[in-house]
Amino acid sequence: MLYDVTIDGKNYQLDLNRAGGRWSCRLNGRDFEVDAVLVRPDVLSLRIGNLAYEVKSERLASGLHLWVGSTRFAVEVRDPRSLRGRTRAGDDGGPKKVVAPMPGKVVRLLVSEGDEVESGRGVAVVEAMKMQNEIKSPKRGTVQKILVSEGAAVNAGDVLAIVE
Amino acid sequence: MFKKILIANRGEIAVRVLRACHEMGIAAVVIYSDVDRAALHVRRADEAYPIGAAAASESYLNIHKVLEVAERSGADAIHPGYGFLSESAKFAQACADAGVKFIGPTAVAMEAMGSKTRARQAVEKAGVPLVPGTSRGVESFTEAEQVAAGIGYPVMLKAAAGGGGKGMRLVHAPEELKSSLEAARSEAERSFGDSEVYIEKAIVNPRHIEMQVLADEHGNTVYLGERECSLQRRHQKVLEEAPSPIVDADMRRRMGEVAVRVARAANYTNAGTVEFLVDQPENDQQKNFYFLEMNTRLQVEHPVTELVTGIDLVHLQIRIAAGEKLPFTQDDVRIRGHAIECRIYAEDSDNNYFPSPGKITLLQEPSGPGIRIDSGMYEGWNVPIDYDPLLAKLIGYGSDREHAIARLRRALGEYFVGGIKTNISLFRRILHDADFRAANLDTGFLDRMLKRAEGKPADSKVAEAAAIAAGVFAALGSTEQQARNGAGVDTRADENIGANWKSASRREALR
Repeated sequence: MLYDVTIDGKNYQLDLNRAGGRWSCRLNGRDFEVDAVLVRPDVLSLRIGNLAYEVKSERLASGLHLWVGSTRFAVEVRDPRSLRGRTRAGDDGGPKKVVAPMPGKVVRLLVSEGDEVESGRGVAVVEAMKMQNEIKSPKRGTVQKILVSEGAAVNAGDVLAIVE
Repeated sequence: MFKKILIANRGEIAVRVLRACHEMGIAAVVIYSDVDRAALHVRRADEAYPIGAAAASESYLNIHKVLEVAERSGADAIHPGYGFLSESAKFAQACADAGVKFIGPTAVAMEAMGSKTRARQAVEKAGVPLVPGTSRGVESFTEAEQVAAGIGYPVMLKAAAGGGGKGMRLVHAPEELKSSLEAARSEAERSFGDSEVYIEKAIVNPRHIEMQVLADEHGNTVYLGERECSLQRRHQKVLEEAPSPIVDADMRRRMGEVAVRVARAANYTNAGTVEFLVDQPENDQQKNFYFLEMNTRLQVEHPVTELVTGIDLVHLQIRIAAGEKLPFTQDDVRIRGHAIECRIYAEDSDNNYFPSPGKITLLQEPSGPGIRIDSGMYEGWNVPIDYDPLLAKLIGYGSDREHAIARLRRALGEYFVGGIKTNISLFRRILHDADFRAANLDTGFLDRMLKRAEGKPADSKVAEAAAIAAGVFAALGSTEQQARNGAGVDTRADENIGANWKSASRREALR
C-alpha cells in the first residue's frame, strides 16, 4: 500500500505492506525492517531494525499528531488511491479569522468593527480556568466583522472576528 | 481521632487529603459540582454529595452548602485543601459555630495573617524584616503617588486579599501608576471581592523562598525547612524544590526562627507557610530575606517538604486538629536529599499558555524510583473549563539535586497526556536548561528562558520513525477498533501459553 506522509511539513513516500504478521517497508526509496505491535489503542511499539520506539497517536482539533518518545510531529497521511483531494490550499493574503483557542467566556471585546489593527493586537479577552486570555489579531488589517458579544460562551475553534 | 472528614475541595488536593484519611482509617466525604460528578475525588470517596452548579460561588465556595453536607454526613471535621474556602476566616468561624472542626488555623489567626496588610502590621511588632512599603491599603491615587515616590520605583501593587498573582502589578515609572492601580483594584475586586491594594518596593528578580511551619494547639511550633519557589510565570509558581540551592544551614535556621516568630505572633496553629523574598547581592554580601506574607493553609507544593523531611503534613494537620501534640521537636527535624515538584497544568505552552480543557484520550504516568505523582486526572476524564488548570504534580526525589533532576528528566520522558495540551514539554526544557541545572534561579528565570529559541531540531531518524508509524497506524485502520478486536496486536506468544508457563516454572524451580 502506498502512502504520502507529511511529517512536520516534510513529505515522505511510504510503501508499506503486511503479510503473515510481517511488514515490508520502503520509505523514500530505502528499505526498512519494521516490526510493529499495537500495545493498546493509540500506542505503537515500533522496532526499526533493532532501534525501539514508542509512538503515541493523538488526534486534536488542529489535526493528527504522533509522538515519538517525547518529540511531537504534526502528521498528515494520504492514501493516493483514495478519491479524497489533497489538503486545502495554504492561506492566502485574504481575510483571516480570529479564533478562540479554547472554550471559555468572552469577557471583553477590545476592538470594534471597522477598527484598524496591527498584527498581534488584542481583539478579545476570553476567560477560561480562572485566567483571562487576550486573543490577538493574526494579521494587520481592518476588523471586518465581530461575531461574538461580550458574555458569550465560545468553544475551541469558534470564530470571534474576521480581520481583512 | 475523627471518624469522618469532609473534604471541601476538588482535583488533586482532594485526592491527596482523601488518601491521608484512608491511611488513617477515617471515612472521607466529598462534595462535587455539576461538572465534577465523574471527577477522581468522587470516584475515590466513601460518601459524595452534589452541591450545585459549576461556578465555584454556587458550589465549592458556598459556605452554607458545604456546612449543610457536613451536617447531613455527620462529618466531625472539614479539610479545606488549598484555594476555595481554605483561607476564609469566615468559613473557619462558621465551622466552629457549627461544631465541626476546621483543619487549619483559627479564624482569628487567619484574620491576622489572611490579609497581607494586617499580616505586615502584626509581624512588624515581632521584629520581622519587611520589604519597604505600606502596611495599609492605599486610599487614593494621590496617596499611592506619594508612597511610590517615597520608596522609589519600581514598585509592586498587591491586593491585600490576594494570591496567585491576581490583583498584582509591577509599576516601573510614575506614568504607569494610575492605570496599574485601577487594573489591580478591579482585578482584586473581581477575584477576591475586596479591592484593597497596597504598595511595596519591587525587588527586581528576587528569589522567592518560603518556610513551612507546623504548630500544635499546645504551644509547640516548629519549622520544617524551606522551599525554593522562584520559578514562576505571571506570578504563578511552576516548579518548586526543597531545599533551596542558596540556603545553607545557618540561613535556614535564621529564616526558620523568623517564621516561627511570625506564627507565634498570630497564635497560629496547624500547617502554615511563611513566604520570603530573598535578594541576591552582587558580591558576597549576606543575602537579605524579607517577610512577604503568610499562607494560612496547606500549600500546593507541600510534597517536596514531605519528601525531604519524611513527614506527612496532611496526617499531622489532621492529628493536630484532633488535639494531639506534635510528635517531635525542632531538633528532630532533618533535611535529607532533594525534591523537585513540577506542576502539570492543562495549558498550551506552545501557544501563549492558553488553557486547554477537554477529554484526556491517553494517559501514561511515570513511576519507578524516587517518583511521586499527586494527580486529579485519569484517562477518559473531561477536564472542565471552570476551575484552576492544575491537573497533577510530578515530584522527583533524589539523594541530591542532580539526582532528583536526573530522575525527573527520566520520568518526564515516560509521562504522556493525550487529547489536551499540557506543560510537560516545558518541564523537559527547564530540566535540561544549563542555568536551571546550575541553580541560577530567580523569578525572572522562566521569562528569560522562554525568550531564547528552543534548541535542536528533531533527529531525522526519529522523523522517519514517525513517518513509518503514521503508515502503520493508517494500515491498521481505526486503531481503537483494531485493539479491541486484538488484530494488529502481536499474537505469536498466544500459542500453548499454558504449556509454556508450566515448563518455565519447572525450569525456574531448578535454579
